[in-house]
Amino acid sequence: MIAKNTWVRIHKIILRPEERAENVPDDTKKVPFEMWDKGFLLAEANLGDEVQVRTASGRIISGNLLEANPAFHHDYGDFVLEILQIGDIIKTTMNGEPQ
Amino acid sequence: MTRDLSYAAVLSRKNAIMKSSVGIDYSRYETGKISFDYERLMKETGYDLTAIQAIQQAHGVGNTPLKELPNLTALVRKTAPEGKGARLFIKDEALNDSGSFKARRASISCYHAKKLGFEGVITATSGNYGAAVASQAAKYGLKCIIVQECYDSHGIGQPEIIEKARACEAYGAEVVQLSVGPELFYHFLCLLESTGYFNASLYTPFGVSGIETLGSELIQDCLRQTGRLPDRVVVTNAGGGNLTGTARGIRKTTDQPIEIVGASVNLKGLHMASDHDFNRKSFTTGHTGFGLPFMTNPDRSDVPRSAARPLRYIDRYVTVHQGEVFFITQALTLLEGIERGPAGNVSLAAAFSLAKEMDRDQIIVVQETEYTGAGKHHQAQLSFARKNGIDIRFGNPAEEIPGSSIILPQRVDLIQAVDLDLTHIRKSAIKNAIKDQRHLEKVDFAYLVEETNTTPDFVRETLRELQVDWEE
Repeated sequence: MIAKNTWVRIHKIILRPEERAENVPDDTKKVPFEMWDKGFLLAEANLGDEVQVRTASGRIISGNLLEANPAFHHDYGDFVLEILQIGDIIKTTMNGEPQ
Repeated sequence: MTRDLSYAAVLSRKNAIMKSSVGIDYSRYETGKISFDYERLMKETGYDLTAIQAIQQAHGVGNTPLKELPNLTALVRKTAPEGKGARLFIKDEALNDSGSFKARRASISCYHAKKLGFEGVITATSGNYGAAVASQAAKYGLKCIIVQECYDSHGIGQPEIIEKARACEAYGAEVVQLSVGPELFYHFLCLLESTGYFNASLYTPFGVSGIETLGSELIQDCLRQTGRLPDRVVVTNAGGGNLTGTARGIRKTTDQPIEIVGASVNLKGLHMASDHDFNRKSFTTGHTGFGLPFMTNPDRSDVPRSAARPLRYIDRYVTVHQGEVFFITQALTLLEGIERGPAGNVSLAAAFSLAKEMDRDQIIVVQETEYTGAGKHHQAQLSFARKNGIDIRFGNPAEEIPGSSIILPQRVDLIQAVDLDLTHIRKSAIKNAIKDQRHLEKVDFAYLVEETNTTPDFVRETLRELQVDWEE
């Protein structure tokens, strides 16, 4: 159970595949048009429940409860050797050595 | 009474929603069957350069340094013909509050929204503009909603867009994230209608005139630092606002001709509305997927008449490959000690190539940089591409296939911008502008000449090809 006033992330289907615009490519038309948003939970609920939240702009919106206390986990990615090798190419060129 | 929120019903209310959310009655500027008075729209609804400078100066925007890049220039000269290799300069726009030139656009939109008494602002963007609007909205005490196209149908988000969401939330904004598809516009209209907030579109006169200061500053900076005007200015082109605003600012500051070059990343073959293709590109903006459609049909934007009209100002349009931009981003970091985001370096990659064909005493100015960080760093982007099955290797970038490979130049001389055919683009723009009209009025004809920055002869020839009649 996730307590009232917890900062949560919700998910909602905005348009089902059959409701999608005419001009979208076939691969996109096969999948629903989805939305994610965040807010403070208005009443205690379980993950997956349809809930209402108050967003950062003060709107009250509904959706399925996806995650409590959502955090950002994006980073600098994995090591990419080629980035170091770019440095070698630049140094070689600057030193005037044959490429 | 509840409003009909079906897709068709909301889109049918588009014009009314737009009119109340930007405070501009665009119908006042329509002049013929296809034409409108662009300059009058800009003059009557926007702000003049002096007013914009004052607004921006008071809100953490503008007066960014123009930096010479002597070491990158030296690298250009290592591969340029004898006597060639122009001096490279870069306008370090990452130093605006929120980290990109987009703060210039957001500053005027938010100022105007506040002046008109709106409670909040909304914008649809997956790029730096979201952080810019959120940052400026915070300064004015405006509520803010940013609408992003962010995830594919597997819930995988582009790291750069996720970083932008983080930045927007940091500035107190609500971020509505959507899956891939043009229906974003539908949801955006629903939000505008239900909140009554101001539409801080990139394409209003406010969103475009805010960049005029950038063009004006770079001319003054260059004159002050070098005693001469730049010969070329290179602008990353997507929706066309950056190029339009910069060129207008340049024209307001000098009457000397300065070549305006647009540059986009080549994403040929990738469909911008494809769920499958979405995470197979490493650039979320500044690419041909926006650059070409918006140049040939500027009014496809989210306002009835876009203030971004790049064909009126562009002298040359080049593309670069993703691998070249990543290479040059690392070169800027290593040689100049300036670590910036790859998306802002599209024009730098193009300028590096173009400098090779210019004399050594000439000056080429790159007019932006953007901040870098988690998700927005070239390592984050290359790593994400590799995880999505993109083949990353050294070779000749000309062989890069967007969505399949990223080819980093194995030699510096392989960095080579590719010219697009502006004549073809101008003809496409005329075709799109006339739609299904078979007879044009005199005012439409004059409009097409201005709109394409061509001659009456060029427009006549194109209209004949399209079997359209006209009056002069």
